[in-house]
Amino acid sequence: MSTPPVLILGARSDIGLAVAHAFAQQGHPVQLAARDAASLAPDQADIATRHDVEVTLHEFDALDIEGHDAFVESLADLPEIAVCAVGLMGDQEENTQDILAAARVMRSNFEGPAGILAMLANRFETRGTGTLVGISSVAGERGRATNYIYGSAKSGFTAFLSGLRNRLAKKGVHVVTVLPGFVNTQMTAGMDLPAPLTAEPKEVAEKIVKAVSSGRNIVYVRPVWRLIMAIIKAIPEGIFKGMKI
Amino acid sequence: MMLSGWGRFPTIYAPVEAPRDEATLAAAIAKGGVIARGNGRAYGDSAISRRGTIDMRRFNRMISFDQEAGILIAEAGVLLADVISSFLPRGWFPLVSPGTKFVTLGGMIAADVHGKNHHAHGSMRAAVLWLDLMGPDGQIRRCSAQENADLFEWSFGTMGLTGIILRAAIRLTPVETGWITQTMHPAENLDQAMTLFEENADATYSVAWIDCLSTGAAQGRSLVMLGEHATSSDLSFRERDDVFASVQKKKKRLPFEAPAFAMSPPVVKAFNAAYFWNGRRKQGPSLVDWDTYFYPLDAILDWNKAYGRKGFLQFQCALPLEASKAGLTELLAAISGAGAGSFLAVLKRLGAQSSRYSFPMLGYTLALDFPANAKNLNLLQRLDRITISHGGRFYLAKDSRMSAETLRDSDPRTADFLTQRHLSKAAGAFQSSQSERLDL
Repeated sequence: MSTPPVLILGARSDIGLAVAHAFAQQGHPVQLAARDAASLAPDQADIATRHDVEVTLHEFDALDIEGHDAFVESLADLPEIAVCAVGLMGDQEENTQDILAAARVMRSNFEGPAGILAMLANRFETRGTGTLVGISSVAGERGRATNYIYGSAKSGFTAFLSGLRNRLAKKGVHVVTVLPGFVNTQMTAGMDLPAPLTAEPKEVAEKIVKAVSSGRNIVYVRPVWRLIMAIIKAIPEGIFKGMKI
Repeated sequence: MMLSGWGRFPTIYAPVEAPRDEATLAAAIAKGGVIARGNGRAYGDSAISRRGTIDMRRFNRMISFDQEAGILIAEAGVLLADVISSFLPRGWFPLVSPGTKFVTLGGMIAADVHGKNHHAHGSMRAAVLWLDLMGPDGQIRRCSAQENADLFEWSFGTMGLTGIILRAAIRLTPVETGWITQTMHPAENLDQAMTLFEENADATYSVAWIDCLSTGAAQGRSLVMLGEHATSSDLSFRERDDVFASVQKKKKRLPFEAPAFAMSPPVVKAFNAAYFWNGRRKQGPSLVDWDTYFYPLDAILDWNKAYGRKGFLQFQCALPLEASKAGLTELLAAISGAGAGSFLAVLKRLGAQSSRYSFPMLGYTLALDFPANAKNLNLLQRLDRITISHGGRFYLAKDSRMSAETLRDSDPRTADFLTQRHLSKAAGAFQSSQSERLDL
């Protein structure tokens, strides 16, 4: 049997590309899905040249919910593994003032990713095999003043992944929730991030490949984040609301 | 940020930009006085500009590979290590490789690196079919032996001073396995070592570890190591399970900066004697994996910290064939006389010069490092004069301290290169700390 294909949703992101490389390195063909997919041709060539696998490009807009069905139909092969790296941080200041900007962040981090994974989940369920990987965020663990628009959408996505995993557990389909913490990407360029808490995209990708092969459920890329978030979640609300974190 | 080369001397404050696309890169060049930097493995200040250092590691995509011809087209920031891990399993190995695989293709071209097969295959120039160079005007020119040939030839060995290399087509060499059949020949002195090189001119790879501290009848005692790519039939059962030697060995990391005495003359002297006698016992052929054979020091990440906080100086010269014996004898006498020397001294027979400003010339090259201090800086100046008096020249990728006068005295090609710099308007656009020091 040949190595099954891996679909990367949001393949333009640094994490998405790193995940594509990591699976290609294991010999998997990869399907790169993103808006303006044709512009990913240099990355397509890079992955195909480096890893000697087939790489295809697929036009995909996470916010175009109506188009998701046609998108999945257009894939020559239904993937065995699908990784959703779609996300949008936005600017919190703008998000709190501009309801349309906020809605866009919520839709990009929750509605879109959940929609496409739901559609793939149903097909994987019918087939009886497959793995879905959702890249969520530790920001979804508790809403904070500095990024609760983004955080609330990720929170919804995390809950969705948890429910999906529960539903499909006995149907041969596995769901992985990835909580990367800080990652050194274009999304965080210019932010002053503490090095011990900040992962490289490659590190995230390697953790995902490992989690898929070993059937992990929830993955913190840097384990210290599990501890940090446990502490943040344990702070009583009365104290938490007065804090600046 | 503070930048230094692999030798950790000198350390210079320089603003760094890491563009992701050609438009941003062109805008950076327009500011003037910039230099491209790859993975920072040049030893000195070749890839540092106080006015603007451009980190090219985001231009790291491979573009295509011709499996029949073994030709890779890739962006300049691609690491040699990645080229090997991608193509060795498909039966291809770099035609030219320096002593570390943690270099970018752009850096390999700019330094015109050479390897253990220089006597047979030439320097990096021999492995490059064409390159795309962004000039002072932000325009990209395809350069090859046919197209922009002049610019092409000047771009090897000139440390990025002709422009910024974006992409290149490089030739790999076909191999059946990832193993090397190595033969070790002890040489009791310099004369024997040189005779071994001359007698084994048909070996694909040859290099010698040389003891720079031994004197008298043992002056220049060496271990000459020859190598050939092993064929499938050379492998024993042990290697057949891993034909391309792709199983990663554990990397070690130097946990701290070594104290100064670790490199003091008595320690080095004792080490060298032990190394020589140990090597002598192991003479004869053996099978070695490609990583150990070509990149022994890569197994110790951050080995450059062995010289402590102040860093170290590399000295590498090339001497013309007819003057090699006399020149090397005089250099070794000066080094042992000063009681300064290193574990890592290398002697190698070179082939002919490959391109217009190539460092290698038909003859011999000697390379070694010294802790960076005032005494050794003086010693290196003495070695400079000895080299020049024998018609030799210096490797810019290793240099961190040479004077402009020394460069001009050693390398008459420099005047022509300066003319090229001015005519092409590269002189204002591309500058490094090294080029300023050398008046290039």
